[in-house]
This record gives sequence, C-alpha cells and structure tokens, in this order.
Amino acid sequence: MVKYVLRRLLGMIPMLFLVSVVVFFLAKAMPGDSLRGEIDPTNTNPEYIAEMQEKLGYNDPVYVQYWNWVTSFVQGDFGKSTRYKMPVSDLLLEKIPNTVFLALTALIITYILAFAMGMYSGRKPYTIGDNLIAGFNYTGLAIPSFVAGVFAVYFFAFKLHWFPFAGSVDIEVQNGTIDYWMSRIHHVMLPAFILGLFSTASYTQFLRNDLIENSRKDFVRTARAKGTPIGKIYNVHILRNSIIPLVTFLGFDIASLMSGAVITEKIFSYPGIGLLFLDSVNNRDYPTVMAITMMLSALVLVGNLIADILYGVVDPRIRLG
Amino acid sequence: MTANQATNKQTPLLEVHNLQTGFKIGKEYFNAVESVSFSINRKQIVGIVGESGCGKSVMSLSIMHLLPQGIGKIRGGEILFEGQDIVDYDEKKMNGIRGKDISMIFQEPMTSLNPVFTIGYQITEVLLNHQDITKNEARTKAVTLLKNVGIPRAEQIVDEYPHQLSGGMRQRVMIAMAIACQPKLLIADEPTTALDVTVQAQILDLLKNIQEVNDMAIMLITHDLGVVAEICDVVLVMYAGKIVERATVEELFENPKHPYTKLLMEAIPKMEEERERLATIEGLVPAIKDMPAVGCRFANRCPKAMPECMQVTPRLGESAAEHEVACLLYEESWPKEERVGAR
Repeated sequence: MVKYVLRRLLGMIPMLFLVSVVVFFLAKAMPGDSLRGEIDPTNTNPEYIAEMQEKLGYNDPVYVQYWNWVTSFVQGDFGKSTRYKMPVSDLLLEKIPNTVFLALTALIITYILAFAMGMYSGRKPYTIGDNLIAGFNYTGLAIPSFVAGVFAVYFFAFKLHWFPFAGSVDIEVQNGTIDYWMSRIHHVMLPAFILGLFSTASYTQFLRNDLIENSRKDFVRTARAKGTPIGKIYNVHILRNSIIPLVTFLGFDIASLMSGAVITEKIFSYPGIGLLFLDSVNNRDYPTVMAITMMLSALVLVGNLIADILYGVVDPRIRLG
Repeated sequence: MTANQATNKQTPLLEVHNLQTGFKIGKEYFNAVESVSFSINRKQIVGIVGESGCGKSVMSLSIMHLLPQGIGKIRGGEILFEGQDIVDYDEKKMNGIRGKDISMIFQEPMTSLNPVFTIGYQITEVLLNHQDITKNEARTKAVTLLKNVGIPRAEQIVDEYPHQLSGGMRQRVMIAMAIACQPKLLIADEPTTALDVTVQAQILDLLKNIQEVNDMAIMLITHDLGVVAEICDVVLVMYAGKIVERATVEELFENPKHPYTKLLMEAIPKMEEERERLATIEGLVPAIKDMPAVGCRFANRCPKAMPECMQVTPRLGESAAEHEVACLLYEESWPKEERVGAR
C-alpha cells in the first residue's frame, strides 16, 4: 500500500514537469506582461521600462526564464506577485482556507442532498417523487453555474435578504468567536449551494440508477431469503455496492470544486483562489496565475490518487496487497 | 410457537393447493404456474423436474415470496406451511420465516453472495436476524457451520470475500447460510447446475448428509433426472406450469407413465448403449402468453397425442399407489363427468 502510493507519487513528477512547461509557455504566450504593475505608473520613461525589463529578467532567453522559474518553484519560491507586491505563496496561503471552506461546504451539501434524493429515487423509481427529483436535477445540470449564481444572488440576497451577496465574513465580527464562524457559514452557504448544484445532480442520478441496478442483483434475493428487512437490504447491501462507482466522482470533485470555484467566487465576490485567479489574469500577474494553475493540476493528480486508494477501501475485489 | 405445538405430526410440512403465479406482460397477468398442488412431508426430499421455463423456479420463489416485485404475483391458491396459510403474509411476517423455517439456495453461486461483505458477515447476518445472540457468538457459529459444510481453513475463510472462493466453495457457503438456523425446509433451486460434475456430486452428498443430521425436508429443483435418482424420495414432473406426474423415485424410474416423463428419461445418456445421437424432445415449451386454455399443454409436442388432447384438460389422477399422472392415456386423468362417455 505504502509502496503503491510512493510509486504513484513518483509517477506524478514527469506529469507535473510537462504541465509546468505548458503552463509556463502559455503564460508567456499571453499578450502583455506584468511590467505595468511593477513600475511606477507616473514614470512612463521608456528608459525606466527597459531598465526594469532587464532587472526582472524579461530579456533573458525563454529557456533561461523557464529554468529560473521552475527551479525556484520546486524550492517553494513561487515568485512575487506583481500586483500585490508580496510572495505568491503568502498570497495563496491567505486565500486557500476560504476556497477550501467553500469547497468542503459544497461537498457536504452535495453529499447530503444527493444521498437523500438518490436513496429515495432509487428505492421508489418511476414515482412522482422520483420524477420531481429528476426534474430538479436535470434543471441543475442544464443551467450553467454563472446563470444560476446570478439568479441566486438576485433572489436570495437582494430580494429576500436571506444571505449576504458578497464577501466571506462580516467586517465587524471578532475573529475566532462563534459569531465569526456563524457569519462565515452564512456567507458560504449560497455560493456553496450553487457550486454543489452540478455535482449534486450527477451524484443523485448516478446513485439512483446504480441502486436500481443493484436491487435486481442475485445477492439481494439471497439477502431477502435470509429474512433481512428490506430497509437494511437497501441501506447496507445495496448502498455499499453503489458507493463504489461514486468514488470516481470524489476524485474529480477534489479538483473540480477548487477550479469550479473560479466562476462562483467571482459571482459572489468570495475572496478565494478563484477570484484571485481571475484578477491575476486580468492584471497579467503571471507568477500568481502560474502558481494557481500548477496547484490545480497537482490537485487533479492527487484527487485521482485518492480515488484509486479509496477504491481499494470500498471494493475488496481490487484491494491492494 | 402455539402454531407449532398445535400442528399434528401427521400434517405435511408444506402443502400447496391450487397455486397460481402470474407474470405481468403489458397490462395483463399470465400464469406461469397453473393450479399446482403438492405436499412435502417432514424430512422428505422432493425433487421437482422439468425443462427450462416450466415454472419450477417461479413456484419456489412464490413459496418464499421472492417473486420479482411488481412483475410476479401469486394470483390464487394456498401455501400452508405447518398448517398456516402464508400466501397473504406481508414482508415482515415473511422475514420471520425466511432463513429461519424455510431457506433457499440458488443456482448461481457466483452472483448470489454480496461481493463487498466477508463470508463471515453474510453468514452471521442470518443468525443475527433470527437468533438472540451476540456478534461474537454468531461468528463462532459461522466458523462451525463452515466446517460442517466441508470448507477447509474455516477460521480464515470467515474473513475472506466471495471472490476469493471457487464456485463449489461459494455454494457450500450458501448452504452454510441456508442451514444456519436449522430450517425445517430447504428449497434448493438447481444448486448444482452451475458446478463441475465432480463438485456436483460432492454438493449433493453434502445436502443429503445435512438433511439426515438436521431432520430437514428438501425441495430440490432440477432439470437433471440423475440428480433426482440420487437423492430424492418423491418426484414431481412439471411441464408448462403444471404438474404432469407425481411418484416415488423408484416407481417413477421403473414405471414412468406420462409421455413427457418417458421422453425425459430417454434423453438421459446411458453408458451401456451406443447411440449416434441423444434423444431429444422436439419443439419448445409454449410461451406463457400462448398457453392453450383447454387441452393438454404437451399435446403439440407429444408423440402419442390424440384428437381429444386438444379439447379435454387432463387432471392429476392417482393411477397406482403413490403415483399420479395427468395424461388422457390414463383413465384417471379424465375429468369425472367425461370419463364414462369418452372411453
């Protein structure tokens, strides 16, 4: 098991190397550079710009620039944000907790809704309740999150005043108090719901179909022949089998919730990685853009690894030695 | 328990009267089992023989209330288990019987076990369903049961998963599960069909042994007359949802009466005879939608069919001691009102 994880982690190195090449050259290929952020806006003297370009290494050959970036990157120095004038790592550390909090809340909402709806639909397929749930889910799948987000802000924040429309916490509350955490949860609910809507729909319908399929399996008949109550058959025998394919989703979710947060955070002005990413692109803050892209790429790989390890946990047939 | 005490030793363990089980095709129900009546005594091994699609599995699933929900339904008749009619029992009441008084093993040992639970979990589940014991006690019992059904390394196997076992071993696990609560009746639905011939014989020996030790009755469903000859006391031959012949094993093999039974016997390969081809029965069992309303259901495939076979429905009549047959070749099978005039 440990050997397997180590082997997989080693296997990520060449992948991440390729990703870093792509990320770096894509950033280079984008028009403009971040000079306008680094120089004094009142001083537009061409000589000064040329001097700064030389100083920041923009005149070096591209492979030298790549080498400089990648060597400091692996040492944990992600460069300095040209916009915020602070190390990118500090900037990320400041924003990551917000995004992780948002993603986790979204995941929890997704799981609660998807399991409640999926179990109901799977046990009572083709009923009115099942059709209503399917209708809700396909609507959720069909509406893009930026549309759903805008409508949610309009109705639930501006019209009904149930939730705040921006930010991650009220300004006046004291950090660490119960009020502070309540305020944070209050702020995160609406964006988390919108963020989780898409995966809720796919989880629910997938779980429903898998439950229906498994409920026709021979082992269900065996369990009934043993006198096991039908509720236990669904909650233990069938559900335990239907969880296996859902693990695949969890692997994707780890990365997609973080990157899906880009749009959601923008709509809700939620100060996380996603909002930072968009602002950095607009401001040509390439060190930040590259660091975030690398982080999301690494998350995809880690997510897949976690999913593969979890497969072994939930399915004894593919348990690792 | 009062019911048990009240039950006379003489009453059969299981009595089925006029059982009709239908399947929904479109909006209508069609009977896959048509007015079947039989009984099983305590400690008796009853074989039910017939080709695929003759309703033998459906009948056993009806007794267990395990018909596919929403599709299959008991449409009439009585199923008396120890004198109690269980046809109208709800799920809760059936759960009190299933696995405890009547248990069942199935044809496909490869898929009948839940792949994600240990063998131990699956055996202890039936014990915990019906007995007031702790998990540890149940586990100890599970190991004993595994040993009783001839599984080596029972202490290790109890923590293993179904995919780590062979088909024969899995069927032994199924048997261990089925006999865990010492049921009075074991329904075995083609328990050896999916297994190798050598393993088949071992499983049959095992069933026979357990039946003797536990004083249990077995309803053995099979299409293999060889299996029947080996362990059964009484045989029912089914065709197209009806019982066409009923006799003790000795009587049936010495003196088969129904043309269908005779053809089945001819289809068994015999070592001493040298034949180019094995005898077959031409044609297929009619689909349940296309069953003739009157007449003998085997008439269209029967080599001895007479014109009357299409018009008169034969009934199961006793033609000799412990031997009943439903065929118009025998006077007992004619309905009473037509018996005089027809012959």
